Amino acid sequence: MDGVNHLPILPILISLAGVIVNLVLGDHRRGRHTFAVNLVISSLGLCAAIVLFSALARGGAIAAWSYPLGAWPVPFGIVLVADRLAATMVLTTAILSLAALLYASARWHSRGSHFFTLFHALTMGLNGAFLTGDLFNLFVFFELLLAASYGLALYGAGRNRVRAAMHYIVVNLVASSLFLIGMALIYGTIGTLNMADIARAVPLMREGDRGLFEAGAAVLGVAFLIKAGSWPLHFWLPNTYSSAAPPVAALFAIMTKVGFYAILRLWTLVFGQGAAEGAVFGQDVMMALGVATIAYGSIGALSCKALDRLASYLIIVSAGTLLLAVAYNEPAVTAGALLYVVVATLAAGALFLLKDVIDQMLPSEAQVLAVSLELYGDEEEEADDDQEVGPTIPAGTAIVGWCFAIAAIVMAGLPPLPGFIAKFAMISGAFQATPAPTAMTWWFTGALMLSGLLVLVAMVRNGINIFWASLPDGEVVQLRRQELAPIIGLLALCVVISLLAGPLMGFFLDAVNVIHGPGVYAGAILPGEAQP
Amino acid sequence: MELTLSLAIGVLMASGVYLILRPRTFQVIIGLSMMSYAVNLFLLAMGRLRMDAAPILTTPAGAVTDYADPVPQALVLTAIVIGFAMTALFLVVLLAARGLSGSDHVDGREN
Repeated sequence: MDGVNHLPILPILISLAGVIVNLVLGDHRRGRHTFAVNLVISSLGLCAAIVLFSALARGGAIAAWSYPLGAWPVPFGIVLVADRLAATMVLTTAILSLAALLYASARWHSRGSHFFTLFHALTMGLNGAFLTGDLFNLFVFFELLLAASYGLALYGAGRNRVRAAMHYIVVNLVASSLFLIGMALIYGTIGTLNMADIARAVPLMREGDRGLFEAGAAVLGVAFLIKAGSWPLHFWLPNTYSSAAPPVAALFAIMTKVGFYAILRLWTLVFGQGAAEGAVFGQDVMMALGVATIAYGSIGALSCKALDRLASYLIIVSAGTLLLAVAYNEPAVTAGALLYVVVATLAAGALFLLKDVIDQMLPSEAQVLAVSLELYGDEEEEADDDQEVGPTIPAGTAIVGWCFAIAAIVMAGLPPLPGFIAKFAMISGAFQATPAPTAMTWWFTGALMLSGLLVLVAMVRNGINIFWASLPDGEVVQLRRQELAPIIGLLALCVVISLLAGPLMGFFLDAVNVIHGPGVYAGAILPGEAQP
Repeated sequence: MELTLSLAIGVLMASGVYLILRPRTFQVIIGLSMMSYAVNLFLLAMGRLRMDAAPILTTPAGAVTDYADPVPQALVLTAIVIGFAMTALFLVVLLAARGLSGSDHVDGREN
């Protein structure tokens, strides 16, 4: 039983081991050997995440699993907390990183130096940020994952990458300063940095400190919104994501979700209890930002001619959707959002990888043609009598086409795939929460539905350009199995999730009860404390 | 002391914000450093400003009120280390951008 208790720290330790092993192995040996080692490490990480997830799914009584580092008593020592929300995010990270790693091992890992080291450092930072129960530790893990992401954004070099990464680094360094300021204000007013302890102390706070505390929370919120890619703080995102190497961009798909996670965690903990007394702190602002983000992302997606930029804008759309769901502050809506965050991350990751595969398939002239068709309109197509029977579609193209279609259906939220189920759960939750739908409910529903339509239009238009207008006929395209497998895996997982949606939603509702239930989270971490 | 410190933080932060809005990468990095100094001082100030308070209790019977809060100092120490690392990393990227684009403009081209 003693060994099992170390489970919450395992995802972090395994990634750390990955960093160390890759440093020791060195970067000069890039054979199958290195690939096998990294595959084993990532698979181990996935196993740990699955065990953590299933342990929390089974143990109905365990709301949150706290792991005091160094066995210091909780409010004083740093603590790791694994609850169902954290376990879900860790599992998503593990799945996505395994897929990206598989993809990268086909050829991308040899385009620069220390790919695997940075890669494992990024997953370590991600896992740590999801599992930590302490505000300052969250900052440290944020910086860890950002430092690795700077390296990965620059991976493969090139002028565009360096320029995009420079903007990305400046924005994130400023965000880190804001993070520290917000955290310092919270420490100054509350006197603790442990998230559960903050939740306990907020109702007991002196009235005079309230304004300063909320200012701190707002500054912290801005820092998280920058990371989450919310309008108008998202401007670094499309350039960075579309110029990063494809496997890196795929892994970045979960990085905006760290911002979402941090907002959800802190907001429900700190301001959740205040919901009874009317509007929650900052709710209107978050709603407005969410709607603006969705609108900007959808319109941006419509304007895209390249698939990688389209995928970046889809990330902004999903960030806006999640922001709206957090702002709604309703358990049923949040449960839908958790399903959405999993499938949107997996599908966006698959889309970034798919873009690279499509690039290999298309000769560069065809891509130029597709763009110029858009710009100058079609020339009248000459009816070619010989070609009335269309060319047969090679198997590889058909598979890629299907993958694209599935990704489009998930991202747009069409039935029967889980994007639809998640959006439906959010909207029905919003309508069930209030007996008479308010203006907020309609804004929420409208934004979710309209964004689905716009995303669908953007995806279909791109798909038509890629698969119908510009594929070379007759040429046999060589696709690497190692590159196709992770994409198919991610999308197949989306299909499986829609089959398992019932039990998964049950799990997410449990997760939401922990984060929305006043005192449940704090009670699990601070034993013996009187709960408000 | 409060006035001096808050003035220092304010001036550093204002200069930092001004500098990161400038178009040259060198100005941006100096601005980022100034901002991180301001933030570090701010973190320290959040542990309550006290003159002549010891970080450890000197006598066994020492009162807790004589005791300086060690948490902000630990936080500042970590923040300084991370800040240095990030500034160094940014410096490398800045040099790379300068080398690749031949310009120290943040957008990589003059106009």
